[in-house]
Amino acid sequence: MKTGFSVFIAVFVAMAFSWSGFVLGPVRQLGTEGQTNILNSSDIYPNQRPGAATLGLQVYRSYGCAQCHTMQVGQEGVVCDVVLTAAGNKPAAVSNLIATLQLTGLTKEQADAVSGQITAAGGKTETHIVPTGADISRGWGMRHSVAEDFLWDNPVQLGSVRVGPDLSNVGMRYDVNWELMHLYSPVSEVKSSTMPPFHFLFIKERIDGTPSPEALPLQGDLAPPAGYEIVPTEDAKNLVAYLLSLRVNVPLYDAPFTTLAPATEKKK
Amino acid sequence: MNQNEKDYSAIDASCRVPLLPLLGGAALWLVVGLLLAIVASLNFHNPEMFANCPYLTYGRVQPAANDVILYGFAIPAALGVILWIFARLSETELALPIVPIAAANIWHLGVFIGLIGILVGDTTGFQWLEFPRPAAILIFVAFLLIAISAFATFGGRRERALQPAHWFLLAGLFWFPWIYSTANLFLIAWPVRGVAQAVVDWWYVNNLLFVWFGLVGLGVAFYLISKIAARPVQAVNYALFGFWTFILFAPWCGIPQGAPVPAWLPAASTVASVLVVIPLLALVKVFAQTVSGVNVQCKGGPYCYAKFGTVMFIVSTLMVISLGCPHFGRTAGETWYVPALQYLQIFGFLAIVVCGGIYELLSPIMGFELPFAKFVRFQHWFFMIGVAFLVVPLAIGGFEEGLKMKDPNVPFGDIRRATLPYLQVSTAGLLALLLGSLMLAANIFSMIIRWKLGLVKTVLTAVQAPLETQEVKS
Repeated sequence: MKTGFSVFIAVFVAMAFSWSGFVLGPVRQLGTEGQTNILNSSDIYPNQRPGAATLGLQVYRSYGCAQCHTMQVGQEGVVCDVVLTAAGNKPAAVSNLIATLQLTGLTKEQADAVSGQITAAGGKTETHIVPTGADISRGWGMRHSVAEDFLWDNPVQLGSVRVGPDLSNVGMRYDVNWELMHLYSPVSEVKSSTMPPFHFLFIKERIDGTPSPEALPLQGDLAPPAGYEIVPTEDAKNLVAYLLSLRVNVPLYDAPFTTLAPATEKKK
Repeated sequence: MNQNEKDYSAIDASCRVPLLPLLGGAALWLVVGLLLAIVASLNFHNPEMFANCPYLTYGRVQPAANDVILYGFAIPAALGVILWIFARLSETELALPIVPIAAANIWHLGVFIGLIGILVGDTTGFQWLEFPRPAAILIFVAFLLIAISAFATFGGRRERALQPAHWFLLAGLFWFPWIYSTANLFLIAWPVRGVAQAVVDWWYVNNLLFVWFGLVGLGVAFYLISKIAARPVQAVNYALFGFWTFILFAPWCGIPQGAPVPAWLPAASTVASVLVVIPLLALVKVFAQTVSGVNVQCKGGPYCYAKFGTVMFIVSTLMVISLGCPHFGRTAGETWYVPALQYLQIFGFLAIVVCGGIYELLSPIMGFELPFAKFVRFQHWFFMIGVAFLVVPLAIGGFEEGLKMKDPNVPFGDIRRATLPYLQVSTAGLLALLLGSLMLAANIFSMIIRWKLGLVKTVLTAVQAPLETQEVKS
């Protein structure tokens, strides 16, 4: 290359190529995405998070929670489980047959064959789709995360390092009281935790007449001096509302699984 | 060589005033950034330390440290070295010298605003792009100003032929405004919807830490090596081929395997990271042929800096390629392996090459010797030790963490406990880097002070000179 202009052309070509691939392409594909239906249901997914949770997302951003927590559940694959739903009129034969068969961890073809055998013996079966993977075994989600899960969030903070556990599904695992206690003193809830305590998300107040119903049930070293109580600030309450709104628990077309009860996504 | 030094003295002197604010501020930000990184890493020794201080909580200090080191030190210091290299290669004095002075002040103001913004919680929430909007605008404007001065110098060059260093550095000057404006417009000004935000951020981070660093770091390293060895870069055709293939393939890396995005995105990254082997081989050949058979006694000087940095570029590129492999990427892609790679790119490669450039240019542009010449060698050692203690434990710890994550029978608490010692060791790496950065700051600031005192002295002697008697006589 002999001139600055030829370097510019080279850069322009290479850059335009990558820019259309990784900026324009995803923006056109994902940026126009809308809500979808939950699998086998007329319910719409995802719904806008409740107001407090939307505010809580900004608290999550402000304190840099995504430095340590990801929101990307991984999945290695799916297996099929065959479940007997009715024994029919020859229960003994069906139960003898079942004793000889493997019913869990099958491929689609194996599951079809097994349920064919059971149906022939007079029983009735259902085939369940079960996602597999370490994250799913740990209870970090019922399926892998997909683009739809983040449709309404701004900013989207997927995180990159798992210093702490994945939070995609944290709303299914804990309740408000646990979350508040854990924010105030992580080691009181999880012994091995390296999460810093967030005392500044709480205020120490003099108990004025009756104790506040929101006061943390602190004991031992953590307990405030007599006559005082520790109550969460608005930020803490919003953050917890956001954490509780994190649920990866509905089957979608591109991430199917079988729910035992009909999908129970809270609508608000 | 002596003849060369003479020829360049006016050119070097023309860089003195424009570069000092840029490089002085950068050296200061490196110290500040490493101090912040040490504060962040204290969290792994005692998580309760900053329980009552929202400004120093890990989630704020860690990105603040990253961004201050990246935007406060790495980029402006690299730009300063680029300006000097352009003046030297063009055999002309630095054009528009007032522009980089203004730009340096705007730039450092931007970094200051950004740092305060992150600490008070005004972060954007996007990795490596945490600075809030006002800071980003200032940094963008300052970059354009410096680039204008660099292009003006390039345009007025007396030596028309382009060298390999020219391609890489010019490409770097075009590259940054494009990626930085795209990221800021698509993520902060008019945020795109949903997970496309994460894709744009990954694209930006890869383009900055891999492609831009590669272009600028290799450009500076090639220039330093060929200058000190007093012979041009060898295998120029391979260099051209490596340059082209690098800018074609490298920008497609960086989407994590297993990200919750359409599958073609990580797949494209996998293909790209395999293809990156091609430019890597070409550039390794250029590097090996250029340094082989050269008899340079570098003794921990800038030549060593450039060589070590280039080797670290090769290592870090291998790590990028490893993350592109689907299986390995899914294992190590959400662990400390990724920060280990990023620290290697910043401290092991770009910072060390740029520091080599700074040491090569300081004494010529100031017109006197380095006040602490031994620090050059010490800093090289401290940086090598620091990089080793920072990157190796994190990479090993991260990989181990990834393997255990794959096994659902290992409780997460055990994984966290097993990773902790690696994180604690990495604090030692940061301390070594801090010592090295203090040496850089000591050299730059004592030179600035000496030069300013010299100016004051000149003014004083001019004022005190017995002019009146002479005037009366004539």
